[in-house]
Amino acid sequence: MESILDQAKKVAEEAEVFMISSEETPVQFEANRLKHIQSKQSCGVALRIIKQGKIGYAATTELSDSQSLVNMAVETAQFGMPAKFELPSPASYPQIEAYDPNVESVSIEQMIGLGEEMITTVRGHTPDIICEAGVTRAVIFVRIINSRGGQANYRKSVFGLGIVGSLIRDTDMLFVGESQSSCHPLLEPKTVAEVVLQQLELAKNRASVPNQTLPVIFTPNGVASALVPPLMTAFNGKTVLEGASPIGNRLGQPVFDEKLWLWDDPTIAYRPESRPCDDEGIPSQRTPLIKGGTVANFLYDLQTAALAHTQSTGNGSRNRGGLPTPSPSAFIIIPGKTSFDEMVQDMKEGLVIEQLMGAEQGNILGGDFSGNVLLGYKVESGKIVGRVKNTMVSGNVYQVLKQITAIGSDAKWVGGFLQTPHLYCPSLSVASK
Amino acid sequence: MPHIELIGRQLAEAVKGYSADYIEAHLEENQTSYITYRGRELESIGRTTDIGGNVRALVAGGWGFVSFNDLSELPSKVELAVMQAQFASNEKSQLAEVEPVVDIVPTKIDKNPVAMPLAEKKQLLDEYNDIIWHTPKLQTSIISYGDSHKKVIFANSSGSYIEQERADITLRLKAVATEGSEVQQVGLSIGSRGDFKAIANLHRQVELMSQHAVELLSAPQVKGGEYTVVLDPVLAGVFIHEAFGHLSESDYVYENEGLRQIMTLGKKFGSSQLNIVDSAAIPGLRGSYKYDDEGVPATKTYLIREGRLVGRLHSRETAAKMKEKPTGNARAINYGYPPIVRMTNTYIEPGVASFEDIIGDIKAGIYAKNWYGGTTSMEMFTFSAGEAYMIRNGKLAEALRPVVLTGNVFVTLKNIDAIGNDLEMNQGGGCGKGGQVPLPVSNGSPHIRIRHCLIGGR
Repeated sequence: MESILDQAKKVAEEAEVFMISSEETPVQFEANRLKHIQSKQSCGVALRIIKQGKIGYAATTELSDSQSLVNMAVETAQFGMPAKFELPSPASYPQIEAYDPNVESVSIEQMIGLGEEMITTVRGHTPDIICEAGVTRAVIFVRIINSRGGQANYRKSVFGLGIVGSLIRDTDMLFVGESQSSCHPLLEPKTVAEVVLQQLELAKNRASVPNQTLPVIFTPNGVASALVPPLMTAFNGKTVLEGASPIGNRLGQPVFDEKLWLWDDPTIAYRPESRPCDDEGIPSQRTPLIKGGTVANFLYDLQTAALAHTQSTGNGSRNRGGLPTPSPSAFIIIPGKTSFDEMVQDMKEGLVIEQLMGAEQGNILGGDFSGNVLLGYKVESGKIVGRVKNTMVSGNVYQVLKQITAIGSDAKWVGGFLQTPHLYCPSLSVASK
Repeated sequence: MPHIELIGRQLAEAVKGYSADYIEAHLEENQTSYITYRGRELESIGRTTDIGGNVRALVAGGWGFVSFNDLSELPSKVELAVMQAQFASNEKSQLAEVEPVVDIVPTKIDKNPVAMPLAEKKQLLDEYNDIIWHTPKLQTSIISYGDSHKKVIFANSSGSYIEQERADITLRLKAVATEGSEVQQVGLSIGSRGDFKAIANLHRQVELMSQHAVELLSAPQVKGGEYTVVLDPVLAGVFIHEAFGHLSESDYVYENEGLRQIMTLGKKFGSSQLNIVDSAAIPGLRGSYKYDDEGVPATKTYLIREGRLVGRLHSRETAAKMKEKPTGNARAINYGYPPIVRMTNTYIEPGVASFEDIIGDIKAGIYAKNWYGGTTSMEMFTFSAGEAYMIRNGKLAEALRPVVLTGNVFVTLKNIDAIGNDLEMNQGGGCGKGGQVPLPVSNGSPHIRIRHCLIGGR
């Protein structure tokens, strides 16, 4: 890495070398049976240079040929964006725990056992269900060095458990599932399987839905599939800079219900999205995005922050190994006081939405969402009476989050990138066939 | 770059002589370049090189898989894959018989797009961006160009050794128009098998795309409900790929009794004029190849013939387990993943109707064009069309806001009652499955008419 930096410094004013290596071991079950055991070892290097004020970029997995890498970066720099930022000088980083050596010592036999237990538990409840399951352990190492002497490195461990079940009766299909991840080994497969059992219980009966507006409870999964994608786009500093975010000029103003608090937080110990610094070597910080309904901040990397005349929030991320761009780490919605049962009891007639399909179609910038309820339940007189099918819901995330009836007391992690409680909203447009 | 052919030969030796039912290896060398614009300015430009490989082993029904960038100590990687496969073993291995092949397949393009000067590529994109920005009421543009050149070596324990090269180009353009709080966008997506000329003369199309985005600002939204809908070749092609094609992938079907019953060969799925094909054997399309990633020769597979289900797509394992013939549809997006059952070039065969015949007797219907987005969950689909127009008294009428089509795939296939004579293949797509995205595919169709299609509206 140092030799790449040295070579690059000879031909460019500034240079930064980013290296990521990882070793991942997924154990996969298909159709209820163990099918695949894999080991994925990867290592790659990315070089960003600033030459005559412009950004050049190249990446490779071929570590022995650093001269080609430098040449490619120089070639692209002729056409690159003018650099408006300075690479970070040496900095002190927060102590953020994201590595547990115990992850590496979980044996393949143990991982197989964990997968089998999830499947056995789910099939014990519903024998004709077909399950796919995965148990994964991974270790990731990141190192960044730059021509201003800045340097950072960290190690991270990730362990994941997941199961998806499909139940097909004639041409009726039901999909259920749950996944959990942590930087610690997850050795309690029952906690994953039990979520699926609860979904199967609630989906046992079918219920019909009228074409009208109804109150809706979004479960944590429902919040993730319907409401969070437009918010992630709207709080992205790049969207704001382009003038495309509907909340871009509402900083400090009340836009959401006053009960709503949202943070971007890469500092929580032993969470897979946590790290001491972002992919540009900027120290991690907790950033409040919504404070009691008021828009508090947007997320920035170095270049976008410079263009917007503000500071990086430590959200520079290299998706798919490209140039850094602003990206959320983990979204945290602060829990409220109402339990899920209390929400259901409060409903005369309404829906519980667990999974919305196709919600990201349509005008995501404007906050519109519209989707088919892949997994959802009907509530009548304070009780869940069954699963709904062939039902479309549509709404606008800014209208939905402007007036929230209640926020759940039970925050839960979804997909590693979101921690959220249930959200209970007064009305949503529902169409059913 | 090291000579991967040399390492390929070493790996071909290394996969022999183990106590496994089957072992295969891939080695890959890939170069790419990309340029993106957001708005007026170039957003990013970059080049990458990638070298890596994998070993996959089968022991008593269980698979082991090791992928790597470090090309040293290859025998230890083979050993690890075999050991993992032993851990996963739990039944008898089944793989359809395939003759070993030794072959070298070069690309058939005049010049490698990655090696072209970046200035030449940027010049073309600047021209397109200028056209978009010269359109009044246009708020912004998004352009993303990418090319790649790839060499893949395949070797297996039965003595196959295949070198294949391929080049690929994709170009996506989007124009966003605004007025007050209204935002509308229209996109264009083009691809080719490495031929830069295929994306070089789109100036007129880019202009029309930009104007259409502006037109949509004042277009009405259709009332939701059931309509007779005519799909253009692009949208019909995506529909057939997404809603039906994925159900033909045998890895979903072979161990799923419920789905097996739905997908029974011989069952009637549509009218007798409906024929659906998947074929990697057509030369020159983005889903084309001579051999798949298990070294099986490409075939032309009828999925539906005269309205009846007659075939499905297979890997060697799914073919053996379903006692059907392998079709050469096992593909991996790169060396980091094992091959899985995928589509290639998927299309509805042309019928006899002209476009005028198809819309001629529609009193009030919708003409839906172009692809914006969509998802399926086996039986249910929701798709957004990029453009939509009313059909009134057999003629195209006013432009509409983009519409969302939703329904049950089995019902919808049966409701196709007219198939045009104007097959077109769309090369702009990329397919995702099992985390492997975007895999180069193409899909196509003539114009088709669907009765009783549910259109979403507010």
